[in-house]
Amino acid sequence: MKRQVITDAELVKRAQGGDNAALEELVSRYETKVYSLVYRMLGNREDAEDALQDTFVNVIRALGRFESRSSFSTWLYRIAANSALTRLRKRGRQDKSESEFLEEVYSVQQQARSQATLPDWSTSPDAALLTGEARQVLDEAIDELPEAYRVVFVLRDIENLPANEVAEVLDLSVPAVKSRLHRARLYLRNHLSRYFSEES
Amino acid sequence: MDCHEMFEGLSEYIDDELSEETCREIRRHLDTCENCQVVINTLKKTVSLYHAIPPEELPGDVRLRLHKIIRMSGEES
Repeated sequence: MKRQVITDAELVKRAQGGDNAALEELVSRYETKVYSLVYRMLGNREDAEDALQDTFVNVIRALGRFESRSSFSTWLYRIAANSALTRLRKRGRQDKSESEFLEEVYSVQQQARSQATLPDWSTSPDAALLTGEARQVLDEAIDELPEAYRVVFVLRDIENLPANEVAEVLDLSVPAVKSRLHRARLYLRNHLSRYFSEES
Repeated sequence: MDCHEMFEGLSEYIDDELSEETCREIRRHLDTCENCQVVINTLKKTVSLYHAIPPEELPGDVRLRLHKIIRMSGEES
């Protein structure tokens, strides 16, 4: 016999009524996704575990007030993204200023005008760029993104949320999401180019 | 279309979100501008590399500690 899958909305209603098994089922459904999101935002296991716990403790505290105006997953991602951002701020690291960041983002235009041919490392095999030192370069590049850009990039390009859902999670317009995503991608491209051009 | 206009639309171009007419203009520009072609190739590669990173697995001990906290929080609320 086919087992009927209970929807998130139904589980939320049961959990709001005090059903702890429904609450644990909701946690089990999303714990891996939330962990992956906060890990990518924070870059280490210890902070990711703290942000994961903060997320679900905050969900439990606020669940009674959740009115299903957005889907449960969108609401949960919002709490998770905020938990990760709070942890990032606690580290006390200063992001690059907006002008310094944008200067680096658009430095590629300058290079395209002044260099005869830009190095094309796009034919390097993925396997070589996803392991060892190269993989570290990918992680370091994300760590350099200012938080407003990092959270958009992680939600859209790593967690694969559609742009309109990212906009809802972060309370931004879709054009603002696309603009931040584009700048984040260009910044990462420039960062990777500095390392991978030598390899190709 | 010049290089600057092209740069602004690159992400939407690789995400296939632009009109056919704009895509045609971009392709025309790319035919004559080798550096823009390199930027688009490496931008696409950047996005595909991050897509290819496997999701971070939730370690078993982290999961156990989370569920312990959930049970405690659930009992308190």
